[in-house]
Amino acid sequence: MKTFNIGGVHPAENKLSAASPIRKAQLPKQAVFSMFQHIGAPAKPVVKKGDEVKVGTLLAEAGGFVSAPVYSSVSGKVSKVDVALDASGTRRPAIYVDVEGDEWEDSIDRSETLVKLSDRPELDAKTIVEKIKNAGIVGLGGATFPCHVKLTPPPGCKAECVIINAVECEPYLTADHRLMLEHADEILVGVELIMKAVDVKRGYIGIENNKPDAIRLMTEKAAAHEGIEVVPLKVKYPQGGEKQLIDAVIGRQVPAPPAIPINVGAVVQNVGTAFAIYEAVMKNKPLIDRIITVTGKSVKQPSNLLARLGTPFQQLIDECGGLPEDTGKVIGGGPMMGKALISLEVPMTKGSSGLLLMTDEEARRSTPQPCIRCAKCVSACPMGLEPYLLSKISEKQMWDKAEAEDITSCIECGSCQFTCPSHRPLLDMIRVGKSTVMGIIKSRAAK
Amino acid sequence: MNLILIAVIVLGAIGLVSALVLFLASHKFAVHEDPRIVQVAEVLPQANCGGCGFPGCSGFAAACVKAADGGSLEGKNCPVGGQPVMERVANILGMTAAPSAPKVAVVRCNGTCENRPRLVSYDGAQSCRVQNMTGMGETGCAYGCLGCGDCVKACQFGAISMNPETGLPEVDEDKCTACGACAKACPRGIIEIRLKGPKGRRVVVLCNNKDKGALANKVCKASCIGCGKCVKTCEKFEAITLVNNLAYIDAEKCKMCRKCEEACPKHAIHGFNFPPKKVVADAPAKPVAEKPAEAATQTPKAPVEESTVINNVKQ
Repeated sequence: MKTFNIGGVHPAENKLSAASPIRKAQLPKQAVFSMFQHIGAPAKPVVKKGDEVKVGTLLAEAGGFVSAPVYSSVSGKVSKVDVALDASGTRRPAIYVDVEGDEWEDSIDRSETLVKLSDRPELDAKTIVEKIKNAGIVGLGGATFPCHVKLTPPPGCKAECVIINAVECEPYLTADHRLMLEHADEILVGVELIMKAVDVKRGYIGIENNKPDAIRLMTEKAAAHEGIEVVPLKVKYPQGGEKQLIDAVIGRQVPAPPAIPINVGAVVQNVGTAFAIYEAVMKNKPLIDRIITVTGKSVKQPSNLLARLGTPFQQLIDECGGLPEDTGKVIGGGPMMGKALISLEVPMTKGSSGLLLMTDEEARRSTPQPCIRCAKCVSACPMGLEPYLLSKISEKQMWDKAEAEDITSCIECGSCQFTCPSHRPLLDMIRVGKSTVMGIIKSRAAK
Repeated sequence: MNLILIAVIVLGAIGLVSALVLFLASHKFAVHEDPRIVQVAEVLPQANCGGCGFPGCSGFAAACVKAADGGSLEGKNCPVGGQPVMERVANILGMTAAPSAPKVAVVRCNGTCENRPRLVSYDGAQSCRVQNMTGMGETGCAYGCLGCGDCVKACQFGAISMNPETGLPEVDEDKCTACGACAKACPRGIIEIRLKGPKGRRVVVLCNNKDKGALANKVCKASCIGCGKCVKTCEKFEAITLVNNLAYIDAEKCKMCRKCEEACPKHAIHGFNFPPKKVVADAPAKPVAEKPAEAATQTPKAPVEESTVINNVKQ
């Protein structure tokens, strides 16, 4: 079975919520929309205090090409435009909306009927990309890179295939798994739309083989769609990483930055993004909700919730049986790449793929011991880097050396730290080094 | 016999030729270093802290010699050795040392465990730089001290230590050389290298919070809320500026009257090394305060006179 070639680890899967069907979360009393729900320039608010909004009303427009607009996911009144604590752990500009009723913009098609690509022959690549851009769709796997940017290849580059990331390699998370089981048809139309947008004939859907039901269903349904192939993959973390997935599915390696996947002819999109693209293009529905897995070993009812963006995490936890008493850490995202939250008031954003409640015992970090030079981190690194070295040179602030050792290639997957028998905070230090070196490179480019 | 002779002659010849090559090479590639650089380097403290802005003490020595050739030692200052060392350097170079006011590191945060409650606990790598990347840190303040002690690790002179009671670093003024290593190490820029002030007396805003007042007030009992009361009390000297909801006292303009300290509703302004206040002194203190202030404006840079001024205010 296919998988990527270098490194990787296999953490305990713990897919507790895999059998729980998607259910709709309740509307929040107040929704908070961060202006930083994507990578790139922050969105610019276009509403002011007191404005009436409906579901699907534009709240903030894109702040640049690499940016995305933000739409209201609730109806009600804008109560303030201020700052709010978000999952990054800092206070950043946000729009607060007090919820009243649930009125939708008339342009949104709320029916369940499936619209096929053949039903809408007038759609061309440009219209599709424009619609995606206007709907505020970003990569829903967690990286939140504005979707239309990837679908607009830079001059001189031509896409050869579309790869759909349905790997869900993070332990615990099951949002994509459930989405495939319940909305396979819509996803496949979404994939066709992406293929049309970048003008390619081949589409691959990469699924890890710990989801045999999803592989079976998708393969069955994909038979009716020309050019789409389901590729079962061996379970290995971080297969959901863009570069790892390209290696696993089509066997090509993306060179070190500034090279991007399109340089090897691949456009990678998450399966959730494909679904959102279907809704945006065929149903005129901007990105206002997403599926989030709320899970954890002591959570009463691990669930997959279809929740509106801007809902506070506290409410989602309440809907799954409340916060267990032994909770030591609440992580936004999966256990490998997610970030511990500092407050439960933090609102859900476009990138919230999961909410993991870890018990105190699980969450506690072991005391770091000296490095024993076992090189487990080197074997585990999927980018072929030397994590022990990068972490040390970051600690010593040797930025030139860090750049020479390709610290910017690090995808921050955490395999090194996971595998380290001395429990060293390898990734913590590498992150500091990476962000500093990126800053240095940026300021050098500006000169 | 013959063999021994040949060996001696051959080796001797090789020796001579090599000597000649070495002699020529040492002349051809000779590096002429100004002997004064070595002399200057010898009187420097050899801490190689970089506080002077040059790469180590030898780098500073070279810079001093170059500056002396240019005619003035202005701007060259060894923070570790201070004025005495700079005078010795000036002697060697036949110049006069530029006067420099002693400085000291000041931790501009008073978010003690009591003033600023911890909301979450951080268990990642014990480094302020790492913790700063995770967001706000353990408290609600995005500008305050993170408490992992990067500054303590950066100090070569053992001048900073963490106070476990307050969770904040404390500077030992006698040991601090104002080299600035701690200020560079702090990811939040809380530590300022500030004029030590006459007799070590100085008035400082002990806060770095640039949030709006309501928010700053919520997260810490000792935060600057940007109300501007201190700016009003200091209208005459214009030593206090309010930028981004944060007051800052210009050490060069401050006359040490400490009125701002009394005016601050959050007690974010602190005076260092002042003698304990007299309770009765309130009423007569005002008229006295104005005169010395004028005197001080006339002679702003003379440390001896300024310290007597301070004495007048207080006594």
